[in-house]
Amino acid sequence: MAILDVQGVCKDFGGLRALNQVNLQVREGSVHAIIGPNGAGKSTLLNCFVGRLKPDTGSVTFNGKSLLGINPHEINQAGVARVFQTPEIFADLSLIENVKIPAFAKRDGAFRLDLWSRTDSHAEVRDHAEAVLEDVGLADKRHMHAGSLSRGDKRRLELAMCLVQDPKLLLLDEPTAGMSRADTNATIDLLQRIGERGITKIVIEHDMTVVFTLAHTISVMAQGAVIAEGEPEAIKGNPRVQEAYLGGAHL
Amino acid sequence: MDALVLQALNGLDKGGAYALIALGLTLIFGTLGVVNFAHGALFMLGAFCAVTMQKILTLSKQIEDTSVTFFKAFKEVPYLEIWLGDTGRMLIDYSVPIAILLTIPFMLLVGLVMERGLVQFFYKRSHAEQILVTFGLAIVIQEIIKSVFGANPIPTPAPDVVSGSADVGAWIGFGDGLYYPYWRLIYLGFSLTIIGAVFAFLRFTTFGMVVRAGMQDRETVGLLGIDVQRRFTIVFGIAAVVAGLAGMMYTPILPPDYHMGMDFLVLSFVVVVVGGMGSLEGAVLAGFLLGILQSFASMNEVKAIIPGIDQIIVYLVAVVVLQVRPRGLLGRRGVMEG
Amino acid sequence: MSAATVDTLRRGNAAASVPAGDTASSRSDHIKFAVFAIAVLTMPVWLSPIGAGYPDLVQKFAIFGIFAIGFNILFGLTGYLSFGHAAFLGVGSYAAVWSFKLLTMNVVPAMIFGVLASGVFALLIGYVSLRRTGIYFSILTLAFAQMSYNLAYSVLTPITNGETGLQLALHDPRVLDGPAEAGLPTTTLFGMETIGYPGFYVCAVMLIVAYYVAMRITRSPFGMTLRAIKSNQNRMNYTGFNTRPYTLAAFVISGMYAGLAGSLMAVVDPLAGAERMQWTASGEVVLMTILGGTGTLLGPVLGAGIIKYFENIFSAFNDQVLGRIFDFLPEVLQNLMVTLVHPFVGEGWHLTLGVVFMLIVIFLPGGVMEGIGRISARISRSRSNRSS
Ligand SMILES: Nc1ncnc2c1ncn2[C@@H]1O[C@H](COP(=O)(O)OP(=O)(O)OP(=O)(O)O)[C@@H](O)[C@H]1O
Ligand SMILES: [Mg+2]
Repeated sequence: MAILDVQGVCKDFGGLRALNQVNLQVREGSVHAIIGPNGAGKSTLLNCFVGRLKPDTGSVTFNGKSLLGINPHEINQAGVARVFQTPEIFADLSLIENVKIPAFAKRDGAFRLDLWSRTDSHAEVRDHAEAVLEDVGLADKRHMHAGSLSRGDKRRLELAMCLVQDPKLLLLDEPTAGMSRADTNATIDLLQRIGERGITKIVIEHDMTVVFTLAHTISVMAQGAVIAEGEPEAIKGNPRVQEAYLGGAHL
Repeated sequence: MDALVLQALNGLDKGGAYALIALGLTLIFGTLGVVNFAHGALFMLGAFCAVTMQKILTLSKQIEDTSVTFFKAFKEVPYLEIWLGDTGRMLIDYSVPIAILLTIPFMLLVGLVMERGLVQFFYKRSHAEQILVTFGLAIVIQEIIKSVFGANPIPTPAPDVVSGSADVGAWIGFGDGLYYPYWRLIYLGFSLTIIGAVFAFLRFTTFGMVVRAGMQDRETVGLLGIDVQRRFTIVFGIAAVVAGLAGMMYTPILPPDYHMGMDFLVLSFVVVVVGGMGSLEGAVLAGFLLGILQSFASMNEVKAIIPGIDQIIVYLVAVVVLQVRPRGLLGRRGVMEG
Repeated sequence: MSAATVDTLRRGNAAASVPAGDTASSRSDHIKFAVFAIAVLTMPVWLSPIGAGYPDLVQKFAIFGIFAIGFNILFGLTGYLSFGHAAFLGVGSYAAVWSFKLLTMNVVPAMIFGVLASGVFALLIGYVSLRRTGIYFSILTLAFAQMSYNLAYSVLTPITNGETGLQLALHDPRVLDGPAEAGLPTTTLFGMETIGYPGFYVCAVMLIVAYYVAMRITRSPFGMTLRAIKSNQNRMNYTGFNTRPYTLAAFVISGMYAGLAGSLMAVVDPLAGAERMQWTASGEVVLMTILGGTGTLLGPVLGAGIIKYFENIFSAFNDQVLGRIFDFLPEVLQNLMVTLVHPFVGEGWHLTLGVVFMLIVIFLPGGVMEGIGRISARISRSRSNRSS
């Protein structure tokens, strides 16, 4: 069954057609990779899922409910979390606070006026946040300013901020960009491990190792349209993909 | 009907001043990305250039007053009058327009010094910090002027020939009875001229084209290898001169005092926001619009219906516009958001 | 450099980069609070050597301390720069004076009304202004404050008594106080007169309460959420927070602090004027907060105290006083110094303020608190270097 169902989504920027009749079905519990050359519209598509952009036409349905016309925070509360292409973290806060905040959002909802309790008196939130930081390998840096992290660490932090919410659907926009080989492998490991928790994931990646290790299904986008979709093996052999994506070179 | 035309005219010259200040603010904001809370102080400095020129021209010598016969009396006679006679007297009479000779170089200097000495260090800092540091500078400038010129408004009359009123009614075929001070008409024409000059400069010179491109997309222009920095310094200078001239010419309408800058600044910021942060056309449009609205709101007939409306109209318009059109009348997307 | 030194240096840096609301333990907070409370209550004692122990001035320290703490809850935590907070100060004053006129000279109802009235006012203004961010927000708050100020001078004269200001009068009803005695009454706390030092103690207790509440807010999940909004509002939306009610709550709370400060002004001197609402007054509280240290608990109080202290000192200076100060110099130098310093004191006090303000924003954006932090970091570093 598709947890996310995208039908006929179009988006224009001025004269530019960034998305052209995109259809996409993401199976519950699967890892769905979206690949394609720069400017293909991959990030734009994710923006339509989280309420950053409103498609001109088409529908986006998550768990049977439309995601269009509702606010980003409502979409998140429905169980969709996102790692952005350029890390969006709380640079002025410590790592542990960065992770506690989404944990509070998950526990308390979109608004709760808790003026009087001490943040560190919420032991379950703290423990959960620390466990997730441990998972992504940032536990020893938990009191540092998030702004002082390396790019790769920022990505991992952002991933932790999503994981702590235990989302139903996790959107990852180039989660390993800017990481060393070793870090990339660590991230693959981590994503595989959390795969066991049954979180559905959409991964945008340029790194083919990551894509072919993780993905169950791959959609290929070019110039705003999905030009191919299928299992990794089928995509590897698809000549249209090779031409559009790699200009003929072999995957 | 006559009253309405008169009020519209009344609003236009004030609107001209708003527009000129707002134009400079927008130029600075659009190119340098800096919110300049000291811009009102520049307007005020311009006004005091006129005061200074008047003081220089009327530097006087004490001589014996022979018209008083029964005791020894002295009177002050300006040197100019002593040296040049009637010509000297005429020069004094024209001190406000003559002040242009002082205002342009002085304001240019102030603008350049301000940009190089302070503002350039704030390009990369938050808007809040820009507001705060220029606010501090505005206080400093204002207090210096206060300690030099005192706290009271200083009358700086317009030249005698234009001190009367024009029969505007006759010009536009309304019959008579519609008189309007010459100087205010001059101010209106003057502000339109300056606005036209700035727009022409931006449209028809290569320098202006680069500046406009910079307002659209600062990074790209920087990448083209053009020395944007130097141009931006000059833009700041130009904005300072525009504000200064606006202040200088306004002195016959409103005798300048040290806090006139702040009064105008607050209103001009409202103008900029209503026009749309970053839009030059918006700044001019909103300047005149708010000037006229303010003038209409101060008519007795209007005040009788909505008491106090004249006091708040400008702010009220700002609130409404920002709710209905978040980016102002002609604002672009993505400017000053977040 | 030895490995050990490198290690200490690194540890020193890590310690310096720990954000405030994070590791501070409940215990250290309460110790700091106790020290603060004692320091505030004993202000008349330890401030008298520098000539600042008298009631009028210590009252001002406490009142503006409250105003600045409240302002900091909005600006320091959420980053929204309001240029109209003086409006709430004014509303608090008017409400308190009306309470004195209509109900009773007791200060408790006056403070309650002041806080409530400004809270409601802040709710209205905040609801509209917070739909915008950045400079648009600043301009909207400025616009509302200027409207209030202008209206207070014109059509609202029946409520504000226009330029004269709202004052007590002999024929005021004061329904709870019973028949008036001869002359204008003074403010009381359940029968005890609250002018002079008693008035100060009312203000001081309120300052301590205000500090405690601000401390709780800063350490609470709500406070952390506000800091996160300041850091990255965009992220907050995608993290599942509806940020508007959070910022609105912060705005209202900080408006209520301003209202409390305003009503205390009326407590120590029962009159209210519109000039309290002017935007220059809004600018002053911004300045206090920045000078002390935006986002810190103690900073705004320090900033308020420093500004009010120097305003008091500097504006009282005249050339004779200056002459006496530079008495030890030869006559020529003495005159020179007097001429040089003259523009900065007395009437020119604002010039000093403007210069200090610029210097702080340029060189010490974290204010006095950052300065203290830097100095103590240097001391502890040199001490640990010596010991290793
Ligand atoms: N807000 C916007 N306004 C105008 N054009 C946009 C906007 N966002 C994206 N675009 C354009 O839409 C096209 C698709 O961009 P998008 O970021 O979705 O590509 P992408 O597939 O994510 O590329 P990459 O692999 O480089 O991240 C690009 O040409 C881009 O310039
Ligand atoms: Mg992308």
